[in-house]
Amino acid sequence: MKYLFMESKRPKVAVFDFTDCEGCELQFANKEETLVDFLKAIDIVNFREVMSEKSDEYDIAFIEGSISRADEIERLLTIRQKAKFLIALGSCACFGGVNRMKNKFPMSDVNKEVYGETPKETLPVRSIKELVHVDFEIPGCPVSKAEVERIVQHIIWEVPYQFPVYPVCFECKQRFTICRFELGELCLGPVSAGGCDAPCPAGGTPCWGCRGICAAPNFQEFFNLAKERGFSKEEVIERMDFFGGFRSVTGSK
Amino acid sequence: MLFRIIKKEDFKTFVNLMLQTTEVIAPKFIKNNAKGKPIHQFLPISNYDEMVLDYEKCEFSAKTYFLPYKNTLSTFHMKDHDWTQEIQYRIQPRAIFGLHPCDINALVRLDKVFARDFYPNPYYISRRKNTFIVGIDHLPCDDGFCHAINANHITHGFDLFLTDLGDRYFVKINSDRAFMAISEVPIQEITDEDTKDYLAVRKQISQSYKVSVKTDDLPNLLDIEFESKVWKKWGDKCLNCGTCAMVCPTCYCYGVTERVSMDHSTGKKIAYLYSCNLLDFAMVAGGHNFRPNQETRLKYRYYHQHRGFVESYGEPMCVGCNRCGRSCLAGIDPVNVIRDLHEEEKL
Repeated sequence: MKYLFMESKRPKVAVFDFTDCEGCELQFANKEETLVDFLKAIDIVNFREVMSEKSDEYDIAFIEGSISRADEIERLLTIRQKAKFLIALGSCACFGGVNRMKNKFPMSDVNKEVYGETPKETLPVRSIKELVHVDFEIPGCPVSKAEVERIVQHIIWEVPYQFPVYPVCFECKQRFTICRFELGELCLGPVSAGGCDAPCPAGGTPCWGCRGICAAPNFQEFFNLAKERGFSKEEVIERMDFFGGFRSVTGSK
Repeated sequence: MLFRIIKKEDFKTFVNLMLQTTEVIAPKFIKNNAKGKPIHQFLPISNYDEMVLDYEKCEFSAKTYFLPYKNTLSTFHMKDHDWTQEIQYRIQPRAIFGLHPCDINALVRLDKVFARDFYPNPYYISRRKNTFIVGIDHLPCDDGFCHAINANHITHGFDLFLTDLGDRYFVKINSDRAFMAISEVPIQEITDEDTKDYLAVRKQISQSYKVSVKTDDLPNLLDIEFESKVWKKWGDKCLNCGTCAMVCPTCYCYGVTERVSMDHSTGKKIAYLYSCNLLDFAMVAGGHNFRPNQETRLKYRYYHQHRGFVESYGEPMCVGCNRCGRSCLAGIDPVNVIRDLHEEEKL
């Protein structure tokens, strides 16, 4: 791919999934208006959800999902050895995601709840960086394809990428979105990383913090303002634990 | 300035006539908040009945129609071994109805920066000139302090200005195009009775301001209180979210970024409105941050609004609408910050 008379790299890319819903990797196949150009910029060589061919020769590995079984650990270690650059894709890979909520209970209890009398092998959920070195993280549930495109552009031109420092509120204001607190709801927007273009509050759902903590959070004030509006600390913490990106604040496993 | 009277039914015809040729932005009812209070926003309307002229306040100012949150400054097209640049200043004409005096004064402040200073901004001027402004008088809102900051009267910066006299509007006509436009419908010369009614409404407005705060000595006070504990008190509350600057009708600080299309054939230079309360506002190459503390960033927002701007343009940038105070979840409101500064001085 050429830009300003220079030829970019076209890295070989593999996409792997672990414990997840496969929604983030599906974003790779979304945004049809630029899909062809996206696929010209990178050379996808291994991607179970969209192709049959499989190559173990790749430069960049996108890892989707959290880790919840011993065989997943083995597989992840092998990928880490082969990949020059490893990217955690989505909230499950970055934080453990929704799956992480099970860590609050004994494994035998969650196993019984889901599988009844035929238990399966399972481990407490971990994010990718708790097991291997991660070079870059793209949070989101799901990730934003527009952001993935920008990050891929930065990768092929080898230019550092900066995530926005502002919380979700900033982008809500730019969309004329009515504050969810104004409507009497609890929203994690003031302490959650923005850059998603705040689609959830605009669509009628408060922010649940899928992208994790923003660059300059003020948790003391956030708990205060939530309390003033009738939301207890426990309620806020429960919300923060939904995607697992606020564990440094909630102290959850 | 010409003064005329227009009957409300004729005003309705006027709006509907304008809608045939021009995009019309007006306060529109969105929904009630949790306390049952109506929420209005400046949005495009398609017929007169969507317009709510007796609204209290729009949480978001109409700034975005003059300084868009994201504005494409130029587009680049790359082809073979050459490239071309495309710059679009021109926009479709637009009318904004229902601006209150504070919001018109906010535009007059922005004119000073973007239209009358050393570097006129063609993007702003194009939007400003192509926007027909219809303002309206209103009874003071609960939390605004426009009168305390001298932004409650308008003398220029608009096309038409209405004062509601019950069955008719008292109209100030302030431009040739406004006179031409309103002459399409019946208007009347003012009578002694109209003048009497108009003055009665004005008197009622001037007697109804609710918030009092002293602002005339603020530039001096801010100089003295640079190290004040007040900044830590309010700074500790700041959420670093930039909401205040986004809803403010005058905050105009912006950054510029480039975006390249996925096929790398075109690029865009985009100006995006930013906020001095955000962590990286004063971050420079190499990662050094001149304002790493939130209390410093909050302080400088007040210094720009109430001191730096006065130094450059002879009046504060703030017009006292209190949108920042109202939308700040942490409850940082300018009236109480300024009152605290006055208290400090007494000690």
